[in-house]
Amino acid sequence: MEETLATPSETPRVNYLNARYGLKSWLLTKDHKRIALLYLGGVSLFFLLGGIYAMLIRIELLTPKGDLFQSQTYNKVFTQHGIIMVFFFLIPAIPAVLGNFLVPIMIGAKDLAFPRINLLSWYIYMLGGILTIWALLSGGVDTGWTFYVPYSTNFSNTYVVLAGLGVFVSGFSSILTGLNFIVTIHTMRAPGMTWFRLPLFIWSHYATSLIMILGTPVIAITVLLVALERIAHIGIFDPRLGGDPVLFQHMFWFYSHPAVYIMILPSMGVISELIANFSRKNIFGYSFVAFSSIAIAVFGFLVWGHHMFVSSQSIYAGMIFSFLSFAVAIPSAVKVFNWSATLFRGSVSYDTPMLYGLGLIGLFLIGGMTGLFLAAIGLDVHVTDTYFVVAHFHYVMVGGTLMGYLGGLHYWWPKISGRMYPESWGRFAALIIFVGFNLTFFPQFVVGYMGMPRRYHAYPDIPIWQVLNVMSTAGATILGFGMLIPMVYLIWSMRYGRAASANPWALPGLEWRTSSPPPTENFTVTPVVTWEAYEFAPPEELKVIGKLEPRDRADYPPDYPAYTES
Amino acid sequence: MSGNVDALFFYLVGVTIFFSVLISGMVIFFAIKYKRRTPFEIPRPIAGSLKLETMWTVVPFVIAMSMFVWGADVYFKQYRMPRDAMEVYVVGKQWMWKLQHATGQREINQLHIPVGRKVELIMTTEDVIHSFFIPEFRVKADVVPGKYTRLWFEATKSGTYHLFCAEYCGTNHSGMIGSIVVMEPADFDNWLSGGAGQQSPVAAGQNLFQNTLGCASCHGDNGQGGRGPALTNLLGSSVPIQGDGTVVADENYMRESILNPTAKLVAGYQPIMPTFQGQVSEEQLIQLIAYIKSLSPQRTSGITTTARPANTQANNNAPATQSSPAANSQNANTTTRHGGRSRQ
Ligand code: HEM
Ligand SMILES: [Cu+2]
Repeated sequence: MEETLATPSETPRVNYLNARYGLKSWLLTKDHKRIALLYLGGVSLFFLLGGIYAMLIRIELLTPKGDLFQSQTYNKVFTQHGIIMVFFFLIPAIPAVLGNFLVPIMIGAKDLAFPRINLLSWYIYMLGGILTIWALLSGGVDTGWTFYVPYSTNFSNTYVVLAGLGVFVSGFSSILTGLNFIVTIHTMRAPGMTWFRLPLFIWSHYATSLIMILGTPVIAITVLLVALERIAHIGIFDPRLGGDPVLFQHMFWFYSHPAVYIMILPSMGVISELIANFSRKNIFGYSFVAFSSIAIAVFGFLVWGHHMFVSSQSIYAGMIFSFLSFAVAIPSAVKVFNWSATLFRGSVSYDTPMLYGLGLIGLFLIGGMTGLFLAAIGLDVHVTDTYFVVAHFHYVMVGGTLMGYLGGLHYWWPKISGRMYPESWGRFAALIIFVGFNLTFFPQFVVGYMGMPRRYHAYPDIPIWQVLNVMSTAGATILGFGMLIPMVYLIWSMRYGRAASANPWALPGLEWRTSSPPPTENFTVTPVVTWEAYEFAPPEELKVIGKLEPRDRADYPPDYPAYTES
Repeated sequence: MSGNVDALFFYLVGVTIFFSVLISGMVIFFAIKYKRRTPFEIPRPIAGSLKLETMWTVVPFVIAMSMFVWGADVYFKQYRMPRDAMEVYVVGKQWMWKLQHATGQREINQLHIPVGRKVELIMTTEDVIHSFFIPEFRVKADVVPGKYTRLWFEATKSGTYHLFCAEYCGTNHSGMIGSIVVMEPADFDNWLSGGAGQQSPVAAGQNLFQNTLGCASCHGDNGQGGRGPALTNLLGSSVPIQGDGTVVADENYMRESILNPTAKLVAGYQPIMPTFQGQVSEEQLIQLIAYIKSLSPQRTSGITTTARPANTQANNNAPATQSSPAANSQNANTTTRHGGRSRQ
């Protein structure tokens, strides 16, 4: 280990990581890359916490009887699992970590449009997180992440307002991030970086940002109304005061359905990058993939009622929402077909990020197809509020979002940290996670169709139900260990990993044309883009931005002489 | 009962398997066939194909529409209430189900029903939202405070089936379970007569109407009207509302008129009716409404039948059809005396 540190004889070059030292240089940074790392820290912490709650749920469900926890404790555990995973992991994970790091670099900008607001958004996010954790420490909250009234307003005796405040506050960080991305993408693209030369990662972040700024205020208002109703009994939702409890569900899902696309769209952007780059081919049907993101963002706002088919909403409203839900599935299908077709006559590698990419196509396929089961209104009546729904959204949110996040993290890790992660460990972990994931969630489709309701602390003693639940817990254990492996080796690699070259994968994207890790200003000279997205060229023809040194080409065989500099 | 939903389910399973095999097969095949051979190779770019894009937009859309139509059809049948069902009233409460038959029998967390007879539940809750879910019958409906929701089903085989609360309702949510006991019609009649002597909802409602709450002072002893509008033949009729338009009188309208009388004022009447919010329990409300509905022997709200008059069902083996108006009011009257007697 001593040698690893000692070998590079050259003095370390100045990059964003070593430009300044000290806690203050991090906490007051305006560098989008450092802010991305701050987010990485926060998001990882919340993921770990949410993961612990998940394991507790699975252990309780090993047996039909509720023997590990009291009922209310169990209810708090699944509620807190949901709140933390949705609002503090899935929503910020890809945009705030990978998006923050890469959006400016991929379009050739020095930073986001509003660096201070970017830092502010991290503080807001952490404040929201701390408020929520405060609620957990004070005694927790037991309403479910969906905060349904009148349970949350008039009946729960837990820390609903405090937890709601945490969600409310963290929403502003989404809004600010979305705003920042939109302005940046509009105004700060490098010369020559036209809209149709943008990597698809950027398109999907643009679409995500639209939802963030249009949808998040609605959840903020909704949560605020719940708090007001709880404190002051104003009668928005309480039928005894002339309110309507179903109104809450409309407001909640008006945000929370689009929010599921906040979670998945960035991942669709990541996977488009992975599939194209690791088969070294331009994406099949670029404009179809790009516009399908926008279509999802727009039409995603029109389908919220599919969460309410049995809520007493009118039959005709149900049918319209069912129709629109089927319609919004089409752009997702278009993406899947285009990703698959991209592989055709490509040069497919099996590096870790690509394993996540390929696995994700399969899992998202199942997640999306089971979405159709739920959109089929007569069938949803049976499976809504059962484990079938739980399995569906874990296939899309864990299978889609988490896998995309991990794939992206591995893919850009050399750029972020300047080090390579250990490839064989990476592949091994990807495989374990894939197996563990399917074992956890596939049985839930079955037990859900058999009628097991979700959010049940104890379930009837039906042998096959227990078998399926035990399978699920076994899978979750495997998945949990699988998740620990990357956590360990990524941290390890920050110090001991092999130094990464500027372009370890030999790719044309702008982020690969600057050093790893990049300098604070990303590029030493302003890039001028003369190539299309995913336009592959031999390494000796790839133009680099600024001056690179021999170590920036560390991964190339000696007979690949140089990049051409621009 | 479960057949319609299962057929749709297996259609979707089939389509899912087809596309999963197709796409993952394609991905795996391409990934192997076009495996990277040399580190820096650059395959020839392929821009895309309008023909393919059109195909994989249109084909999934058509398939999706077939699912939509089928799903909507199943749903529509499920949520259009039949006209000849036996009504059962359900009140949810943290954490139990309280049920009452039209004949008066009360049950908790258990519902006895006969085979081969349509059963319609009229449901509400005293506190939070619950959801009445019978997996075996593939039916579910939320039970929402402040209004009535409905659910119907027809059991085709005798036996005992699970009943779950499917909407998270607080601490003991997973204990809010019970069973549906489906019996042969003869056994069911036996069971029903075992509970004879209990006051039917209509009778109880009449008692509330005429005595306890004093509705009769304005609406007339038998709902024939007075200072307040007549309530006879109200169910399913279009009531002219002061200001604008009309409203179709169903259970939810009646409920609102009792709890919040000024919300929709009947044209030509003064806003003099007091609110009964807080003075009647959910169960009493249901009884009142059952009584008011019994005053409309020939009408239905389009989605429900008239309430069955008291105590006739126990000795009535015939499939449920609408009773004649005469029999209906006759029975309502008999039960009056019942009701009067059992009043403390
Ligand atoms: C192919 C497109 C999709 C369709 C047609 C679809 C359809 C549906 C439907 C109809 C429901 C309501 C089920 C019910 O409550 O009974 C649902 C639930 C859900 N879906 Fe999807 N979905 C799709 C994709 C996604 C994606 C991409 C995500 C997230 C990344 C997602 C996350 C969720 C979540 C979180 C819930 C349940 C929330 C809860 O009740 O707690 N879905 N989906
Ligand atoms: Cu949705």
